[in-house]
Amino acid sequence: MDLLEYQGKQLFAKHGVAVPSGEVASTVEEAVAAAERIGYPCAIKAQVLIGGRGKAGGIKIAGDAEEAREHAKAILGMDIRGPRGEGPFRVHQVWVEGGSNIAAEYYASVILDRGEKKLLAMVSSQGGMDIEAVAEESPEALVKRHIDPTRPFDAAAARPIVEAAGLDEDVREGAAEVLARLADVAGGEDATLIEVNPLIVTAGREVVALDAKVTIDNNALFRHEDLAEIAESSDDDPQEAMAREKGLTYVKLDGNVGILANGAGLCMSTLDVVAQAGGTPANFLDAGGGSKAEAIVDALTVIGSDEKVTAILFNIFGGITRCDEIAKGIVTASEQIDLGVPLVVRLDGTNSEEGLKILAEADLPNLHQEKTMLDAARRVVELAGS
Amino acid sequence: MSIIVGEDTKLVVSGLTGREGSFHGLRNRAYGTYLAAGVTPGKGGQDVEGVPVFDSIKEAVDEAGANTSMIFVPARFAALAIDEAIESGVHTVIAITEGIPVLDMLKTYWRAKEAGVRLIGPNCPGVLSPGKANVGIIPAQFFDRGKIGVVSKSGTLTYQIGNELKQAGEGNSSIVGIGGDPIVGSDFIDILTLFEDDSETELIVMVGEIGGDAEERAAEFIAAKISKPVVAYIAGFTAPPGKQMGHAGAIISGSSGTAQAKKEALEAKGVRVGTSPTETAAIAVETLRG
Repeated sequence: MDLLEYQGKQLFAKHGVAVPSGEVASTVEEAVAAAERIGYPCAIKAQVLIGGRGKAGGIKIAGDAEEAREHAKAILGMDIRGPRGEGPFRVHQVWVEGGSNIAAEYYASVILDRGEKKLLAMVSSQGGMDIEAVAEESPEALVKRHIDPTRPFDAAAARPIVEAAGLDEDVREGAAEVLARLADVAGGEDATLIEVNPLIVTAGREVVALDAKVTIDNNALFRHEDLAEIAESSDDDPQEAMAREKGLTYVKLDGNVGILANGAGLCMSTLDVVAQAGGTPANFLDAGGGSKAEAIVDALTVIGSDEKVTAILFNIFGGITRCDEIAKGIVTASEQIDLGVPLVVRLDGTNSEEGLKILAEADLPNLHQEKTMLDAARRVVELAGS
Repeated sequence: MSIIVGEDTKLVVSGLTGREGSFHGLRNRAYGTYLAAGVTPGKGGQDVEGVPVFDSIKEAVDEAGANTSMIFVPARFAALAIDEAIESGVHTVIAITEGIPVLDMLKTYWRAKEAGVRLIGPNCPGVLSPGKANVGIIPAQFFDRGKIGVVSKSGTLTYQIGNELKQAGEGNSSIVGIGGDPIVGSDFIDILTLFEDDSETELIVMVGEIGGDAEERAAEFIAAKISKPVVAYIAGFTAPPGKQMGHAGAIISGSSGTAQAKKEALEAKGVRVGTSPTETAAIAVETLRG
């Protein structure tokens, strides 16, 4: 789960990383009131889960109440696209933050390096810009060091990293302290990515996190009640919210071919073969191992509620999952909900013969059976139209 | 021969008295795996259909001679259970549990390394050596004994490919599910090394998916160290880029982690990559038969 800037900053503050004071607002009135309390100049920052907000017009500086109102009005409700065309992401909240007097802009991050199985700390004196460009154009300006998992990572351990990055000498101690505390955020909050860009030095030579990108490990939410609450409230897509409620692994896409498969790998593979057959998947839905009839009803309810869907593909290879259970689920679902779109079913693996028999006997209208994954993909694309 | 599990495997199942643990543990025994013991703290002295239950894995090692541990413990306690297994004296730990916090696994990974214990998983279907032993949840009926080694991040996708190989008349030396979590005990490279040294394995099928750079690393490794033919499949070409924020992940690995990048990395090193499970199985059969 990705956190919004202000949520990340709240975690930073909890672990002793300096952040500018601010308030979150969801309406123009709230934003203006917050700006009045904070004082001017202040920054009005769109809270969306994508980089490049500044360039997209999502961050503005207000010098007085009138400007605060004007900016909040412009930013709240706007759609922001990422630098690589991601999104759009609609702005539901702004973070109103006291202005900072910036003497220098650095970059700092602590992230999980899957390949090396260690946390990696990165520091650069060239913050405030696209760090990927820095890494590409002047790789020596981005210092990367793995954190030894068997030793504590404190300011003393972080010190050589900020030195290698050539940060101003008088703030090295402060920057090392910040880096150590960012590692504390990782360990204490189960964050797998923490990125601060820019990490600024103020005119008073204080080291302050001006931005926050934090990704929390969903598997660890059980031990972080406050973060679990954020996760609960963060979906604004109706299908995704419904799927979460029903305990299904579902990701919405923009196509018209609804997809249900068992197992994440087979489900991804199903999306791929549908795309190869010329179709565009409407979703990813992993029914999981050992799916029972009830889960199938839930899954079809979620997929069917997406109005774009014009045909649905069931791709099941039963291992632990039994195909007869899946077939029963399909029959039950068709009694309970009117999908109104054709269903293509491919059942293979454990108890597939029993499953196919159940479907044949039920003789459901608009249900098409295919023997292989590729034939099923071609059929559903044909039925879905474009 | 086969790899990781075989005729020498003496299995101890953590969570054998639980629903999942007993179902799969006994299923593994029915297949022919030697199920030496179960472990559930506080239930030592009981038995599950004749299999003795101990309070700790260490006791199962000392008293029942267990050398391989399978973990079926719920996610929030699983890392502790794996740690216990690592210190118990078994040489192999196979963790099936899904949903273990990744930073717990990071610590556990290094514990296993230091102790010299082979860790497979977590979030994996286990290891099957057809005709010899099955440890985990892989449905054995879709696999025959044969010459193809399979290593995969995904369970169901492996069953799909295994079944197609079987229908084409080919079988497997071993099938290893390494798991799709960000941190797993054994990567493609570890398993490729074992297959390279395994006399029964003549060809290796490698099934990857988006995320991380394990496939890219494997591509380099195959070119340098693997003499046997390798055929690959990658899932996730149409997977959503996600609401990803920072791009720091891409900086370290030098790869975007996309399916396309992985395919290109493998093909650049001469590994053929199938566009579907069906085509992958067909390429494997064709390559094997020359």
